[in-house]
Amino acid sequence: MTSAENTAPVPGGFWLDTGKTGIRSWIFSTDHKRIGMMYFGCVFGFFLVGALLGVLLRLELIAPGPTIVTAKTYNALFTVHGVVMIFLFIIPGIPASFGNLVMPIQIGARDVAFPRLNLFSWWLYAIGALVVLAALFTGGGAPDTGWTFYVPFSARTGTNVSLAVLGVFILGFSSILTGINFVTTIHRLRAEGMTWTRLPLFVWSLYATAWVQILATPIIAITLLLVVAERVLGVGLFDPGRGGDPLMYQHLFWIYSHPAVYIMILPAMGVISEIIPVFSRKPIFGYKMIAVSSIGIAAAGSVVWGHHMFTSGMSDTAVLVFSFLTFLVAIPSAIKVFNWVSTLYKGSISLEAPMLFALSFILLFSIGGLSGLILGAAATDIHVHDTHFVVGHFHYVMFGGTGFAFIGAAHYWLPKFFGRRYDETPALIGWIVMFIGFNIIYFTMQLLGMRGMPRRYYDYLPEFAQLNLVATIGSWILVLGMLIVIVNLWRGLLKGKPFTGNPWGGATLEWSIPTPPPTENFEEDPVVTHGPYDFKGAGVP
Amino acid sequence: MTKDGAEHILSYGKLATVWMVLLLLTAATVMITRVEFGAGKVWAALAIASIKSGLVIAFFMHMKYEPRLFRVLLFVALFTLAAFIGLTFFDVLYR
Amino acid sequence: MSHVHKDSVGAKLGMWLFLFTELILFGGLFILYSVYLARYPQQFSSGGRQLDVVFGTTNTVVLLTSSLFAAMSVTAMKRGERRATLALLCGTLVCAATFLVIKYLEWSAKFHHGIYPNSPKLVAGAPGESVFFGLYYLTTGLHGIHVFVGGALITWVALLVQKGAINVDDNVSLENVTLYWHLVDLVWIFIFPLYYLIL
Repeated sequence: MTSAENTAPVPGGFWLDTGKTGIRSWIFSTDHKRIGMMYFGCVFGFFLVGALLGVLLRLELIAPGPTIVTAKTYNALFTVHGVVMIFLFIIPGIPASFGNLVMPIQIGARDVAFPRLNLFSWWLYAIGALVVLAALFTGGGAPDTGWTFYVPFSARTGTNVSLAVLGVFILGFSSILTGINFVTTIHRLRAEGMTWTRLPLFVWSLYATAWVQILATPIIAITLLLVVAERVLGVGLFDPGRGGDPLMYQHLFWIYSHPAVYIMILPAMGVISEIIPVFSRKPIFGYKMIAVSSIGIAAAGSVVWGHHMFTSGMSDTAVLVFSFLTFLVAIPSAIKVFNWVSTLYKGSISLEAPMLFALSFILLFSIGGLSGLILGAAATDIHVHDTHFVVGHFHYVMFGGTGFAFIGAAHYWLPKFFGRRYDETPALIGWIVMFIGFNIIYFTMQLLGMRGMPRRYYDYLPEFAQLNLVATIGSWILVLGMLIVIVNLWRGLLKGKPFTGNPWGGATLEWSIPTPPPTENFEEDPVVTHGPYDFKGAGVP
Repeated sequence: MTKDGAEHILSYGKLATVWMVLLLLTAATVMITRVEFGAGKVWAALAIASIKSGLVIAFFMHMKYEPRLFRVLLFVALFTLAAFIGLTFFDVLYR
Repeated sequence: MSHVHKDSVGAKLGMWLFLFTELILFGGLFILYSVYLARYPQQFSSGGRQLDVVFGTTNTVVLLTSSLFAAMSVTAMKRGERRATLALLCGTLVCAATFLVIKYLEWSAKFHHGIYPNSPKLVAGAPGESVFFGLYYLTTGLHGIHVFVGGALITWVALLVQKGAINVDDNVSLENVTLYWHLVDLVWIFIFPLYYLIL
């Protein structure tokens, strides 16, 4: 490519076609693409903040004893790392950003069902984020309870837990509204001919996710209100001295927070289901099973929360029941993995950046998923419960899974919305560095956990020193890779080569409209005549 | 209700009848629970409450005249809540 | 432009989904209620007997009547009877206010007897009783907030009816607000026996 091509003007699409470009045209816009973009900017920013906190945590653990921060600061660090990553990045991450950007176009709609509610949901997200941030610097300082806000500590600690959980409450409301909007949109606004079996799998995964958002999030809302009631009114519902039961807090907390991990991973699986067939030049294998397994994961995942409580003093009967149910979740998850791999078989695979992230998702998610079975089996869980094994496990699924899918989605879809693209070589290099660093840090954590290193501890025994050093070095490599990927993506989107037409060769509807998409998405309402992975039907070579 | 457009309007008389039944059920539940028959009254009161809420949902809230999808989704939501309560009791009852 | 047309089924679907979230929000409190009832049957029983069945029953009748008015207001609107709609919405509001006044009297009586969250009497009393009254205050308090919000929403749609923004052809906002109001009633239908009757 010559520089002349690099500076070729890119048609403005929704960025320019309303004639308004000021900040007000964004923060008061009801266009799903602008809202999706705003979400993307926010969640991405918080991703970086959370990553920075994570690096600091690892740095503190580079050697036994105090190194860079005090024990109290360390407690605040891992709490804030968790709160930021979970409530501000990964839960809204894919659904609110890419879901908003892409889903309405994929079903042939001009917007979501309730555009103003969509904007309101973004505002709630922004306000909730500000409240959470305010909690870090006001009152008794940043919460030090861990992101789980377990009672009785959270009811007693002098740090600013009340404001933080209030912020999370607002964020939960934002998440609920997005869920309501998406379910209604998918039921009501599908274009003519967009039957349920022609729905892109990303949309299916968002549909399942939205249901979890609707049915599980209210439980965390009431739980957090109860924590505030404990702190402010002294109600004593979880205080054993007053007849309360702290385990009931854990039940309520995990009734939401376990399904919440499917809010995090399902949309990521949807992204992978889009990328794999496109870059294998093959219709997806087992479309219906992948679609149904999304619902299956959402349903089964809603009844397994007890596996977070195997060592908490819960009844043995409950341990057995929840352990059994946990294993059921592995079935729909494995269905997806096997179908993705079968799609690759005899495909004409092109290893571009989105595909690299998708392929690494399959591997990393599988490692994380299998280590999850070790935790789901009650007997083995007792050995590794609350150790670094758990930390390694959920980073494999959340970061190796959702994080990689998020970055893959950014490489796959953002060029469509910016009209410019990144360079392939730095993306490849960055991906390799990330992949290596990722496995060094988190696989080492799993080893540490197997050997008994507890999580959330400020100090540790000398025998863990070597592996901790390795993990910390891994964190530097991982961050280096992330920086390469992000800088390359950012530069490319702003001033990279033009990206027009359908370079990836996708058959879903977003590839049939101009780049960047106009505000109205479609000049006239589309009539869908082929499936989402029917490349011949879509006329893609 | 068959298609989107057609709307069913409930008559005042029908609504008032439902209201009368609700009041009668309220009276019944108060009277039943004043009599001492142990755990039976818990279930009786809950059964009456369920019937009352069924009436409110079906008529006051028009559920009877909405597309079938609505009823399916309501069932999903209620089932989910029941699952949350039921599974919690695997812990509480056997601890 | 096809996307600006009013999709009243879609709007109602969205409202119902929101009502599910409300149902489950209260569900969290009902989970706690059922668990603690199983653990402290005696204390719950003695706590429940201290609640006033007359207040509870009156409020039930008030709320059921308010629900009737709300449902009738929809019928009136769909028949194009604007004045009747407004009258019925005012009736709903009067009931809502009555409910809150009775609730206020009930709570004040309890406060007067030294029964409120973290009160010395409850802290010193049996553990289960403190849990019972904690739940009682939180559940009826959260419900009271919903009554208040519902009343505000009813006022808002009444103003829209007055202005003619809600009319015989376009009245889904009225329907949705009354749906919310009925939910408030639904929750009370369960609170009433659980706290006032069965214990």
